[in-house]
Amino acid sequence: MTLDWTHFTPWASAAGGALIGLAAAMLVLLNGRIAGISGIVGGLLVPRGGDIGWRLAFVGGLLVAPVAMSFYEVNPRIDAGFGTLALAGVLVGIGTRYGSGCTSGHGVCGLSRLSPRSLVATVAFMAAGVATVFIVRHLV
Amino acid sequence: MNLLAAFGSGLVFGIGLILSGMTDPGKVIGFLDLAGNWDPSLAFVMGGAILVGFFAFALAGRRSKTFLGAALHLPQRRDIDNRLVGGSLLFGIGWGLAGFCPGPALVSFASGVDPAAVFVAAMLGGMLVYHAAERLIHEPRRRAT
Repeated sequence: MTLDWTHFTPWASAAGGALIGLAAAMLVLLNGRIAGISGIVGGLLVPRGGDIGWRLAFVGGLLVAPVAMSFYEVNPRIDAGFGTLALAGVLVGIGTRYGSGCTSGHGVCGLSRLSPRSLVATVAFMAAGVATVFIVRHLV
Repeated sequence: MNLLAAFGSGLVFGIGLILSGMTDPGKVIGFLDLAGNWDPSLAFVMGGAILVGFFAFALAGRRSKTFLGAALHLPQRRDIDNRLVGGSLLFGIGWGLAGFCPGPALVSFASGVDPAAVFVAAMLGGMLVYHAAERLIHEPRRRAT
């Protein structure tokens, strides 16, 4: 293993992470909800009365964020082609609903709550991600 | 007031994702690529988030209502089942293939990144397939009872 010093951003990443934690804090302490993106979006796809407004408002805020951060330059490196992106999207869509959460719901909120379920989920998706990247980058 | 709080939370969440570098799939894959040129940034994102989140959820756990008087909807389950592990493994494979998870994908889509739009469309499709399958499996049982 070598360290990628060119792309390593400890300060920006920790500060961004703290903001994500602050956002999760706002949602639970003000709205009483878990800031899990897959769960929030999934709840919009099978709408139930009285449970839609806060989800729409949260997703709206999320989608406006790039406007607020337009001064901040991001150069996304995307290696995956459209076929791979589509396959990956389907897997993420089904997997996060089936496993009741993603990086935000399990990885941030769940681990913050010291939830054993979220710890297992986080270890599982991290391990699967590491294995997948190893196969795609070093074996295929 | 509740809607404004949810909007503010989403906005801060999205800003955090952008600042942390999580909207760059190369950074995510760089973290998962332990055998290659490793970028530990994602660990700092989770560390920063959990450091703040830990105190927030500890506070939430001691309250019966939110500061706006809303009910607290905190998960109560503690059982580890196949769905949790299987679903998370599927999610991890997709995450490793593209370097996108749901939050950063939505933010990148809103930034006008075309590949993110493909991913988001497929992700929403996958969620709809899941919900449809759930309904197919549980509907007959519900009718029988």
